[in-house]
Amino acid sequence: MDKLLLEELYYLMVLGRQFEYAAKEHYMQGNISGFLHLDIGQEALSVASMKAFEKGDVFTTYREHVLALARGIDPGSVMAELFGKVTGISKGRGGSMHLFDPSHFFYGGDAIVGGQLPNAVGCAYARKLQGSEYGVLVLFGDGASNGGAFFESLNIASAQKLPLVFLCENNQYAIGTRIDRVSPFEKQANKAKPYMPTMEVNGMDLIAVYEAVSKAQQYVSEGHGPIFVEAMTCRFEGHSMSDSNSYRSALEMNICKSKDPIESLKKRLDPGMAETLESKAEKEIEEAVAFALNSPEPDISDLKKYTFTRELQHVVS
Amino acid sequence: MLYREALNKALDEMMEEDRNVVVLGEDVGLVGGAFRVTEGLFAKYGEERVIDTPIAELSIVGNAVGMAIGGLRPVAELMTANFSLLAFDQIMNHMAKLHYMSAGKIILPMIVRFPQGVSKQLAAQHSESYEQMLSAVPGLIVWAVSDPNYAYHAMKKAIMMDDPVIFIEHELLYNKKGEVHPDVPLDPFKAQIRKEGKDITIVSYLKMVDDVLEAVPQIEAALNCSCEVIDLCSLNPVDYATLEASIQKTSRLVMVEEDHKTGGFGAQIISWAAEDLFYSLDAAPLRIAGEDVPIPYNRTLELASIPTPDSISNDVIAWGEKNGL
Repeated sequence: MDKLLLEELYYLMVLGRQFEYAAKEHYMQGNISGFLHLDIGQEALSVASMKAFEKGDVFTTYREHVLALARGIDPGSVMAELFGKVTGISKGRGGSMHLFDPSHFFYGGDAIVGGQLPNAVGCAYARKLQGSEYGVLVLFGDGASNGGAFFESLNIASAQKLPLVFLCENNQYAIGTRIDRVSPFEKQANKAKPYMPTMEVNGMDLIAVYEAVSKAQQYVSEGHGPIFVEAMTCRFEGHSMSDSNSYRSALEMNICKSKDPIESLKKRLDPGMAETLESKAEKEIEEAVAFALNSPEPDISDLKKYTFTRELQHVVS
Repeated sequence: MLYREALNKALDEMMEEDRNVVVLGEDVGLVGGAFRVTEGLFAKYGEERVIDTPIAELSIVGNAVGMAIGGLRPVAELMTANFSLLAFDQIMNHMAKLHYMSAGKIILPMIVRFPQGVSKQLAAQHSESYEQMLSAVPGLIVWAVSDPNYAYHAMKKAIMMDDPVIFIEHELLYNKKGEVHPDVPLDPFKAQIRKEGKDITIVSYLKMVDDVLEAVPQIEAALNCSCEVIDLCSLNPVDYATLEASIQKTSRLVMVEEDHKTGGFGAQIISWAAEDLFYSLDAAPLRIAGEDVPIPYNRTLELASIPTPDSISNDVIAWGEKNGL
């Protein structure tokens, strides 16, 4: 992989992790509320998939801060959203779980497990009709692969030969329930095999994820129909800040953390360069936090704004 | 023109005009729709724009949301209101909320249309009405389509608008005849006065409007009065201004609806009148609604479970006599 790209990806992983640490800190301080799902440990998957699928539409879940940053969305506007400020990417209406930015083809934040899958299928239909060459990427967890929306989506995407990459982030836990307790499969690609080709990749290996997603995009853009990529990964924290992570043993956590994607990639970089990138990320996150802290609250008189489009604002006023 | 033909004409004109308009649903293409609303569109516009889907309602609506995000203007058909329950996650959590949660960045120009209500002995899983739930969720425009002219104009407007619309039809109205005036503008957000009168305001919507109009001559003869019949048309938002003007004139309010009485849509209208127009009313309002029972198969029981022209006239006459009319 190109050295500059590798450095950029390293930077984005570090930026993502520092963002999450800052979010955790400000959640503890009470500046961030609601549900907060941290991506710590899964950065390789988030960053590499977004960069590999830079051109194309992305749909994802509530664990999405790092994806948004890797997509090129300003960290200040993401942090401000977590703080509920009007300068946030969703102007304080969405919060951590609902980041959207169509200008970056990022239709982010769905907090209904599996809810984004049918939307991604529909968008892929639109892209096929429009003759787009990039296709659509949908991310979801292993937990979503047990729901009806998942199987409906596999079926329709396959029947219609849609340009859609299914990317399963398999961290083995549906909140606190280990996947093998509720599914006959540890590898969720087994469920997709009757419908489409599948690929398995080590989600803790940034380069492997980048290559797999690039290959998957190439495949769907050639009109072969959908493809399923399963990335085995591991989150270092609980499901959300309200989850104490009590269901995983110390041993399991040690194994998980020994696969740290940032540490692995750091070994491949020039030490001086790694340090420079780390301080640059630190500075950017400091600025993002300062921006969020200093931003104004939304105006109460705008409470109902965005219920409908501007054309219909009279309807709610 | 028939009600279903008016819907078809509106769809056809909009598909002709804008290639982003697509239709999707079960049997909407090759078959032409369970109620023939999409007849002929498949042959004219092809399978890519008139899309036959699997029987998977969650996906029909969820895909329509994604198509709208992707720049299309989808019109999704569900065969009946009861089946919409399978799609309620996509309707309530996605279609209604993405625009707000994204602070207006995501725009969903889409329609979900389906028939509802009691037809003839279809039993409890094919006969229900869900406007009360759908109109209670902010972010959805909800229209109840009672005649061909409204059907034509409302469908065209719904496709042109950038907001998501729940477009409620009624199984017994598809073959209803009526004049359609394409060149006379009609605002689908406005309630329609179907009959003018000065003593009682009877508010209704969808198929019950016809039942009320059928009951009115008996009511007027028995009570020696005149009834004003208002068709709400838009259930979210409600055109309260038209209702208020009528109630200020008549001082009496009757609400007639087909859905179950407990938590039914008309409760909102009565509640609004009690809060805002209490001192303008000469009598406690009357609410006529379906019984709180799953719709039975047996025809006699079925008809006993919802208002009919006879039950409406009996109830209004008894209420009017009690209240000095």
